[in-house]
Amino acid sequence: MPGDVTSTAAVPVLEVEGLSIEYQTERGALQAVRDVSLVVNCHESFGIVGESGSGKSTLVMGAIRYLASNGRVTAGSVRLNGVELVGMSRRQLRSLWGSSIGVVYQSPLSSLNPSIQIGRQIAEVARLHLGMGRGAAMDRVAEMLAKVAMPDPEAVIRRYPHQLSGGMLQRCVIAMALMTDPALLILDEPTTALDVTTQAVVLDLVADLKREFDSAIVYITHDLGVVTKICDRVGVMYAGEFAEQAPLRELFGRPLHPYTLDLLGCVPHFDRSPEKRSLVTIPGAIPRLDELPHGCIFAPRCSFVEDACRAARPPLVDVDGGGHLSACRRWRIVPTPAEYLRETTEQLGEREKSSCEAEETSCEAEALVEIDDIRTYFKGPTIGTLPGRRQQAVIRAVDGVSLTVKEGQTLGVVGESGSGKTTIARAIIGLTPATSGEIRLAGERLEPTTGRRQRSVLREIQMVFQNPDASLNPTRTVGDAVSRPLVLLRGMGRSEASEKAKELLQAVSLPKGYSQRLPNELSGGEKQRVAIARAFAAEPDLILCDEPISSLDVSVQGSLMNLLMKLQIEQRTSYVFISHDLSAVQHLSDTIAVVYLGRVMELGDAIAVLTPPFHPYTEALVSAVPVADPDVKQTPIRLSGSVPSAMNIPTGCRFHPRCPRNLGDICREQEPPWRHGEGGHRIYCHIPLDELTHLQADTLVLAPDRTEV
Amino acid sequence: MLRFAGRRVGFVLLTIILSSVIIFSATQILPGDVASMVLGRFASDEAKATLRHELGLDRPLVVQYASWLGDFVQGDWGNSISTKTEVRPLVFDRLRASAVLGGVAFLFYVPTGILLGLIAALRRNTWVDQTISVGSLIFIGLPEFVSGVILISIFSIRLGWLPSQSTIDPGTGFIESFPKLILPAITVALTTLAYVVRMTRSSTVDVLQTDYVRTANLKGLPPYRVLFTHVLRNSLLPTVTVVAIGIGWLLGGLIITESVFSYPGIGRLLLFSIQRRDLPLIQATALLIVLIYSFSNLLADVLYAVLNPRIRYR
Repeated sequence: MPGDVTSTAAVPVLEVEGLSIEYQTERGALQAVRDVSLVVNCHESFGIVGESGSGKSTLVMGAIRYLASNGRVTAGSVRLNGVELVGMSRRQLRSLWGSSIGVVYQSPLSSLNPSIQIGRQIAEVARLHLGMGRGAAMDRVAEMLAKVAMPDPEAVIRRYPHQLSGGMLQRCVIAMALMTDPALLILDEPTTALDVTTQAVVLDLVADLKREFDSAIVYITHDLGVVTKICDRVGVMYAGEFAEQAPLRELFGRPLHPYTLDLLGCVPHFDRSPEKRSLVTIPGAIPRLDELPHGCIFAPRCSFVEDACRAARPPLVDVDGGGHLSACRRWRIVPTPAEYLRETTEQLGEREKSSCEAEETSCEAEALVEIDDIRTYFKGPTIGTLPGRRQQAVIRAVDGVSLTVKEGQTLGVVGESGSGKTTIARAIIGLTPATSGEIRLAGERLEPTTGRRQRSVLREIQMVFQNPDASLNPTRTVGDAVSRPLVLLRGMGRSEASEKAKELLQAVSLPKGYSQRLPNELSGGEKQRVAIARAFAAEPDLILCDEPISSLDVSVQGSLMNLLMKLQIEQRTSYVFISHDLSAVQHLSDTIAVVYLGRVMELGDAIAVLTPPFHPYTEALVSAVPVADPDVKQTPIRLSGSVPSAMNIPTGCRFHPRCPRNLGDICREQEPPWRHGEGGHRIYCHIPLDELTHLQADTLVLAPDRTEV
Repeated sequence: MLRFAGRRVGFVLLTIILSSVIIFSATQILPGDVASMVLGRFASDEAKATLRHELGLDRPLVVQYASWLGDFVQGDWGNSISTKTEVRPLVFDRLRASAVLGGVAFLFYVPTGILLGLIAALRRNTWVDQTISVGSLIFIGLPEFVSGVILISIFSIRLGWLPSQSTIDPGTGFIESFPKLILPAITVALTTLAYVVRMTRSSTVDVLQTDYVRTANLKGLPPYRVLFTHVLRNSLLPTVTVVAIGIGWLLGGLIITESVFSYPGIGRLLLFSIQRRDLPLIQATALLIVLIYSFSNLLADVLYAVLNPRIRYR
């Protein structure tokens, strides 16, 4: 079980002591990792959590002495099973890499050679380190693939990487890393590139293998939720040093460093309370490595700072004598997470208790956008070789979706990649016209393409895209980007627009001077703030947010979510918030639509969607989301396979081939009915609601204090 | 795969047919009149008309084109107007000579180019890399008539090691004529060599930075095995394409180089035929060059598909 400390005498496998790593750059030598120590015992898994730039990968890659040519270890010691790695020759290191040290990487597709069959790539390890011949090595590969629960290993051996899905490939990489039963297994963000349901399956697999193999595991991740599934001990890194190291439950239950406390507070949690609360924000940004503060490196952003903190860098010490290490001088006064949340976050509003049906008169909010049975079909490739029998495939990206966005509210759209959520947004704004169906804005039918829409209509709908790098013109200043919609859509003069742009930048908490900057002078979070300011510049009624926070660090995500909520309350703007991250969607939304393969599976208010009855797909998502709280209990419900192609949508209920609650013939042959629950909650399923409620009582059990905070 | 190859072959055939139309039309608007060229400026109009009739030059252009293409496909390439001999053996004879020169150049620049490119990539951002990269850039910019003349002035005139003229009498063996091939072969090779070096270098640098090379390194594979098993297979893919397309460039280079060195190849034949307004000879030579060029491109596409499993069977 994660969280349990092994009772048998701890045998240290990896001992890092006072390790410092330096990079030679144009700005001079940068100390990326400074005086870092950690110990990982046999059968133990150690999670290293940190935001980008915290040095977590550098630490681990430096510890196994695999650094870019401009990086080097400047001090410290690394012992693997007692053998010192610092000072070892390249040749000696090679005998450890791949045999005593196995590594699993972030992107499985790019980590495998595209032009070599998978079996051969894995077999290489056995041939090199175990001295096996070609045949024996291949047998061993098949055996290992079976151990990582790979269906049909014999066939997979002959495949090339591009022929397998991400989850399958990650199993192959894990099998490769475990070929030699390594003493140390390093997992570097192994599930970050995967869909949440696939991630859950891979995490289960790692947890199983952890029991079966004798490896010590180092798990690197930015995701506080993921560590709760795998790790026994967790270290939180900040700007090249550990802020805190503690056993999993202690770290989450009673963090003793303000940074950990802040990090925990900026992640949204599932909750069933009717109030919308802000998240904790950490002011400022991670310091640049060439401008580190003199004393505690977190002092400039810390809410518990006192003068003495700035005097000298506090060491990481075992504060309770029981293995809970903190680098905070004032660890004694660090409050509990519940207290801290109560003090630092504020209630921003009430969630709509229930999204009401159109005919009800008691409805508070008016419908702003009504989407009526839209479909977006694309031409696919031609299938078949014979000229007479060729067929044009049809990609049914959106296949009959009806939704309503209410004034001043947020509609969350959640689903895995390939579910059609972005296509829905593009149909609303008119970038990819819907092939059929109707979209109405305040009762008026919208033309399908932007080209045919009135300027006033264009102004009313704005969009914030996932990748701020690609959606801001790199040659225009930030002020220009924001004043453009003011001139174009609101008919302002140039000087008036630039004044207004400055105001808007201030509203999204960017310093005044930023209007003269170019996008490449901004961080990812700052760029996204500019994109949000630009969207609000037009004073739209509706903003479509397409994964606006997904590519950003957790602390930045938290502050952007706060910003979106604050602006919504001030401006009464409606949002469509699209994300694969159910916790973020649940945090921001009033109503949530769960989509799968171009169709809505479940629709309801944010609390109803998180409470049984669930659609079986929602249930799988709810169960798969890694919640950053070890006290939340989730029944593992795992989906097999991956999302089918939108060219070949399954018959009957389109979810049936992967549905854990599949009833058989009826699901395969007939489209399910909409089953209506309380307050407009709807589920598209053959199973009656009370039966679902009964089956799903234990799917998601929230920790008691979460619902009350 | 078959469909892919079939489609490619279709495109190549289309290219060839279109080129044949262009070649045919171009020879029609070439200044000068064949009859006056053959009979001399003072021939009577009557005699010229008779000759034109004999050569079929008074028929409509479409008919001339159709009969020309039909004959060409059947192997009847007509008679050269200026040498009064059959075009086909003449062209093939010169083609063989050019192939020998091109082959020597090819065998020189492909291995050398790949090797230099690899060295530059493995030693990237050192003086070795910079020397190789800057050197190859210079050669990309130098046309053959300049580099050829420079080579002659150094190796023939200054040092006297190699002959400056490469006129080879028919029937001379390869070994005997080899010294005469060296300078023209190097001249032809230099430009294409530079492309091969640059392509090999840049694709190898890209591959060395991929995640799968990191995976290979962290398997504990020794560097030479990482290079041969994991790097070359992927980094030589674009190079193969450049090499195959390079066969076409080689041809262009040959035309100029052969004149600089008076080498009796197809390039000089083309120049000669243009100077003499020898229509059948121009048409046959030009079309043959188109054929070689098109098929080298086809070869590049197919090779790329065969070597790259990701675009196979599409």
